[in-house]
Amino acid sequence: MSATEHVQLGLPELPAEPYPAEVRERLDADAAAVVARYPQSRSALLPLLHLVQAEEGFVSRTGIRYCAEQLGLTTAEVTAVATFYTMYRRRPAGAYHVGVCTNTLCAVLGGDQIFAELQQHLGIGNNETTADGSISLEHIECNAACDYAPVVMVNWEFFDNQDPESARQLVDDLRAGAEVRPTRGARLCSFKETARILAGFPDERPGAVDESGAGGAPSLAGLRLARGETLPGTGGGTKVVAPRQQESTDEGDAEGEQA
Amino acid sequence: MTATHPEKLLSPVLSATWGEEKPWRLATYRAHDGYKGLHEALRMNPDDVIALVKDAGLRGRGGAGFPTGMKWQFIPQGDGKPHYLVVNADESEPGTCKDIPLLFANPHSLIEGMIIASWAIRCSHAFIYLRGETVPVLRRLHAAVQEAYDAGYLGQNVLGSGFDLDITVHAGAGAYICGEETALLDSLEGRRGQPRLRPPFPAVAGLYACPTVVNNVESIASVPAILHQGKDWFRSMGSEKSPGFTLYSLSGHVTNPGQYEAPLGVTLRQLLDISGGVREGHTLKFWTPGGSSTPMFTDKHLDVPLDYEGVGAAGSMLGTKALQVFDETTCVVRAVTRWTEFYAHESCGKCTPCREGTYWLVQLLRRIEAGEGVPGDLEKLNDIADNINGKSFCALGDGAASPIFSSLQYFRDEYEQHLRERRCPFDPSASTVWAGTRGRRSTLGRDRSPDEDPPGDRGQDGRNGDFDPSENGVLA
Repeated sequence: MSATEHVQLGLPELPAEPYPAEVRERLDADAAAVVARYPQSRSALLPLLHLVQAEEGFVSRTGIRYCAEQLGLTTAEVTAVATFYTMYRRRPAGAYHVGVCTNTLCAVLGGDQIFAELQQHLGIGNNETTADGSISLEHIECNAACDYAPVVMVNWEFFDNQDPESARQLVDDLRAGAEVRPTRGARLCSFKETARILAGFPDERPGAVDESGAGGAPSLAGLRLARGETLPGTGGGTKVVAPRQQESTDEGDAEGEQA
Repeated sequence: MTATHPEKLLSPVLSATWGEEKPWRLATYRAHDGYKGLHEALRMNPDDVIALVKDAGLRGRGGAGFPTGMKWQFIPQGDGKPHYLVVNADESEPGTCKDIPLLFANPHSLIEGMIIASWAIRCSHAFIYLRGETVPVLRRLHAAVQEAYDAGYLGQNVLGSGFDLDITVHAGAGAYICGEETALLDSLEGRRGQPRLRPPFPAVAGLYACPTVVNNVESIASVPAILHQGKDWFRSMGSEKSPGFTLYSLSGHVTNPGQYEAPLGVTLRQLLDISGGVREGHTLKFWTPGGSSTPMFTDKHLDVPLDYEGVGAAGSMLGTKALQVFDETTCVVRAVTRWTEFYAHESCGKCTPCREGTYWLVQLLRRIEAGEGVPGDLEKLNDIADNINGKSFCALGDGAASPIFSSLQYFRDEYEQHLRERRCPFDPSASTVWAGTRGRRSTLGRDRSPDEDPPGDRGQDGRNGDFDPSENGVLA
């Protein structure tokens, strides 16, 4: 909080400016569509906060005022919700939100090193944005992709099985404006466009839904085994710790067969 | 024993189509018996659908293992109130990674299950609460729901049955606690995600104080196959009390991490046997049966049947079947510290034992890991965990205590080594995926916790101290 810039001793902060009329007009149509999805209007608050984030790239005081007016809430009520959830940014940030998983499993498998090296490479710390406004960096919690660890998310698309080199290359490509494709997900759009999808407006880009297949090798590992295929590294005997008994070696030697 | 024959050990049902062409599309789903279960259900009386799911013995796949059919039966009928179905797709438990790949590859299995469940409990508006951080899944859910509307599976008069159903896909905004069902409902009502006092239970007063069923994604996605293939087929897999198939998610220091769908009751040894085992040249040290909130196991537990009863009898919980495997290079203190930082970060702040307790656990663990611990720290750690466990408002607190208790039970020596040697005896670079393969080392030395000030960075906790374990012995 930049307390030194906004000290107003004894006076409460003035209400935020509303959005300009033309922005408001556009947002009103979207907001009405969001509210219509729910039996009770307040349920629209989380998607509306995503919607104002899609407008400005973060949840501003103006955005909070807008949500409050749409739903008949006070700005205090909306602020209480907006500050509870980690996906709502509270100040302007980068066009690409890079999140490195540093929960235990990813951290141990290398997420800590990736995060440390990305901070050094970009010259920014956790929750900071590069001076050119391209990249914000954050360490994130478990993102339900542990079988692809270590995982990096960019605008909440999956970049699986990362290492420090691939992660550095990724952010360099993003900064250079190169087209970047996630391992699971669609070709990247900006953070604001991502926020609009989160507000419940489907991705309109042709083919976006079908990009990147059904999942990588980990998603299909069990299925392939069940079909009699061999996974990498499963030939040539067992590697299990402390096997109860010596397994018979009738499994063939299919070492290295890439499924 | 033919434990090493994967074809016999595994039973892909939910994952059976994942290798097909665009399995997330309606056409592919229908080409593989998709929506046949729904046709079956709509021919039945709703109460009979509930009875069938109950008789099949399907139990909740989100962690607690509560019988799904019984949850449906608790919904009071003829009460004149709207009924709601809310699917918990807020998959955030550390290590858990089953619902996200399932929804990414096969979203229609969930949608079909939701229609069947809604028919059974007489619900006309159902919700999918998906965690927001998984946009690729959100994209496919948007598309799949639209396909279902276009095909007449959703909307007015579903397949001519006279039954109306709408599904709303709702993206969360980043909060682990919203995986707790009552916190999820508060969040879906547009509030901070904080758990509610129970009773009343959601079946009586859930969403908008109306009767509500909250089910996990995998539970609901398992329903269509039961309708289509029957309860006897379902019961032919698994055990008497834990029938059926489920997704086991193998991750960590293993040769082939991934999703392994099998009848309930397989063992980690069997899964490792067929999948290539622990990574080359290493040995198993500790693992979780169902995410970080389930007490950890060691190599002594390789033959524990991974069903609700088997894991419970061995002192843990089946949880989400998130099998996170760590080898001998992993510092258990580091692992537990990081999980505890997670719980402190995600504690919603509503109840004191969890909010304050997780904060102090982090302070203690960080200094122990850094070699700054003092005699008595382990007793204090145990004591604080004991003051959270069973004394907090919801299960997040119990989950926070689990890794502490279980790691002290199995690895107390390792904690004591940190105290005695006044350092962490492990090299974190040896645990990485690329250790040994590229000969690269971190250029930055010992990786520290990435978060200097964990509780409070989402502004709900004014304390937000800059605690540096190297300088400051707060409890000393």
